Amino acid sequence: MTVYFDIIASGVLTGLVYGLMALGLSVIFGVVRVVNFAHGELTVAAMYMAWVMAGSFAVDPILTLPLIAAALFVIGYALQRHLVEPFIGRPEHEQFMLLLAVSIIVLNGLLLVFGPDARHVAVDYAYDSIELGPLLLDTVRVYAAAAANVLALGLYLFFRFTDLGTAIRACADNLLGAQVVGLDVRRLYALTFGLGCALVGASGTLMVLMRDATPILAVQLTLLAFIVVIIGGLGSMAGALVGGVLIGVSEALAGFLLMPSLKSLFSYGLLILVLLLRPEGLMGRRA
Amino acid sequence: MKARALLLGLFALLVAAPAIIGAYPLAVLILILHYAYLGIAWNVMMGFAGLLSLGHALYVGLGAYVAAALYTSFGLPALLGAIPAAVIATLAGLGIGALGFRFRVHGVYFALLTIAFAEFTRILFDHIGWTGGSSGFFMPVEHGQVHLIALRGPPVLFYYVALVMAAAAFLIARMLMRTRLGYAWLAVREDPDSAAASGVDVFRARMAAIAVSSALTSLGGVFYAFYYNNMYPEQIFSMARSIEIILAPIIGGLGTLFGPVLGSFVLTILGEGTTGLLEHFGLAAPGAKQVIYGVALLVIVMVQPAGLWPWLAKRLRIGRDG
Amino acid sequence: MAEALLTVSGISKSFRGLKAVNDVSFSVGEGEILAMIGPNGAGKTTCFNLIAGAMPPDAGAVHLAGQPITGLRADQVCRAGIGRTFQLVKPFAGLSVLDNVTVGALNAARHVGEAKEHARAVLELLDLGRKIDEPASALTLPDRKRLEVARALATGPKLLLLDEVMAGLRPTECDRLVEILAGLNRRDGLTILLIEHVMRAVMKLAQRIIVLHHGEKIAEGTPEAVVRDPAVLDSYLGEEAL
Repeated sequence: MTVYFDIIASGVLTGLVYGLMALGLSVIFGVVRVVNFAHGELTVAAMYMAWVMAGSFAVDPILTLPLIAAALFVIGYALQRHLVEPFIGRPEHEQFMLLLAVSIIVLNGLLLVFGPDARHVAVDYAYDSIELGPLLLDTVRVYAAAAANVLALGLYLFFRFTDLGTAIRACADNLLGAQVVGLDVRRLYALTFGLGCALVGASGTLMVLMRDATPILAVQLTLLAFIVVIIGGLGSMAGALVGGVLIGVSEALAGFLLMPSLKSLFSYGLLILVLLLRPEGLMGRRA
Repeated sequence: MKARALLLGLFALLVAAPAIIGAYPLAVLILILHYAYLGIAWNVMMGFAGLLSLGHALYVGLGAYVAAALYTSFGLPALLGAIPAAVIATLAGLGIGALGFRFRVHGVYFALLTIAFAEFTRILFDHIGWTGGSSGFFMPVEHGQVHLIALRGPPVLFYYVALVMAAAAFLIARMLMRTRLGYAWLAVREDPDSAAASGVDVFRARMAAIAVSSALTSLGGVFYAFYYNNMYPEQIFSMARSIEIILAPIIGGLGTLFGPVLGSFVLTILGEGTTGLLEHFGLAAPGAKQVIYGVALLVIVMVQPAGLWPWLAKRLRIGRDG
Repeated sequence: MAEALLTVSGISKSFRGLKAVNDVSFSVGEGEILAMIGPNGAGKTTCFNLIAGAMPPDAGAVHLAGQPITGLRADQVCRAGIGRTFQLVKPFAGLSVLDNVTVGALNAARHVGEAKEHARAVLELLDLGRKIDEPASALTLPDRKRLEVARALATGPKLLLLDEVMAGLRPTECDRLVEILAGLNRRDGLTILLIEHVMRAVMKLAQRIIVLHHGEKIAEGTPEAVVRDPAVLDSYLGEEAL
């Protein structure tokens, strides 16, 4: 019986990292209104970066997190400023095609550079466990989830209490109003995209502790991010985390009760249901 | 008419091709025609009715598995097995479309819905032991057997089948565009509200597009099954395959008749050329071909989003045929 | 005596608690031209949307030639015999002018060939005969307005709903369109219900006027009577409007 608690707890922890990744997607869509189809690809790119750094400098990924997040921020900023921006007013399917192209290039670029084999990051505490009351938790997951929580909290504080965060929220809530009061929307968009990608970078760094990096993971992660965001609610930060936890737990349970290979089945089924019945998600606002 | 002359010329060339070229170019041509066919089929839904489907691999897979299973279990020849295959795929498509319409799922959300169904089916098939699960499904091959109705035979047989399929799809699409339904599709694509105000039943038009698209796509799956003689859920239902299907029509020209054909030619030749070039230098670079595809898509989207064909047609001064 | 072709009985529509249309009733006789005027936000376009099936009314009923059409879909209403234009014109931008109108003409035609012929005729009538092969996106605004009217006309309606078709037209263009519409009414008995701000057109075309304000009908009558109605002058026209 207690094994269920362990599994659920493990799912919660993993889910928090999923949630962090989905936060990036949510932030970008909520503000810039662009569906970042290359989300998973960028996450995996971050995973590879962490692997490279861990291999070259024998550094724990969690320590390299700020660096990788910063790198992804720059990439995201540049992406928005130079590629995505001219597409803001254009038809939705053209934006999608643009990011699809980016995703294809990134995914296969990674394949070219790193090959199809799984890349693993080994940390000293990889097989340790922490006892928390009756629960037995993987140390790795605890650290990763803790880091995810810290970052999510930081993001919340940023949006709530800083001028820049407020300006970005203004763009999301009322674009015309934001422009009228003189906010530099283009710069804010680029910053937001950068921020979203920084979150992706952070979550990728954390994710590599729990999963091996392979190019094919990119597609799964993109879809996972969408599932989480839609179930949690597009544009809702808490929703992204809640959605992430929900998916993390359901995957863990499905993997245990049914078969590991079936765990995604449940997630997709859930996505279908949510798309049909409540597309604004659990905590999102009706568009 | 210039357009007709060029088309007929191309067709004549393609008919004569097996007599002129070798085995490898023939195999490439089969690939080109196969993707041209799939592209035309997908284009009916997207280019004509404006519905973005990113899960079209679902219909390829369903077509392939149903026809293959009927052949291996009951000896049902391909051309007959294609009928239930198409019916099942069409029902799946209509189901997804109806759900999307009923629950007002549009745009990106609809695309995600199509992905979800394709992925769901992929995982499902991974676990259907009867068709081999994730280890794949294999078709019995007897050498020397030549049977058109069962689609058994040498590559040349498949070449002509692929050619006929591509040509037929092109002609069917062209014919449809000139009917009442075709006009309805164009109207719905451009502006559904305006279309409705002009008397177009938007739901019916969209369902018709989905039905035609999914049925045609599934026949491509039947071809796939009998040509390659094997299929894996991981490959045939995958997102990667769905993306492969849509690249040619996007690059060639969404909503045009000839776009998918041109796109298929360009992309396949680019891809094979890249792989060939790398092999020449002794490099095996997995993913290089796809990077080129990605770059091609990027360039098209940024420079000429309407696709290559409209641009080329203007240069050649061909009318608004396709 | 003309029977009522269109009867609107007590229709209402609210958006998020705001009553856009409040218990509006009127009828349009067969062969009549009725104008609906009123300040912006009075609920005129919403009325059109309710009649044409773009959205269902919260309450009330709409009858066309005695048959109820309340709550029918837009395409069903079109097939029943109402053609409408949109205030912000919605052409099929990627299609040619001819194809645009052919879509409408297919509503009444038996096959594509017949629809195309009819479309050509309607385009001639609206002075767009020489532009039939141009893409709709390339047209000027006045031409787009004419295209919008052409498409609605091609559907073979018993009743034509025109939403501010004169806006943005120069006086000569406006007069020409008035001439065409009046001709259609006279020759073919086409019933017309139009929303207009351009009083020049209203006074020339309308046989009767109804006035909406804040979602309610505040006046109804002949043009001469309505433009003198104090309530109307207060809310909308002002003494110098004419």
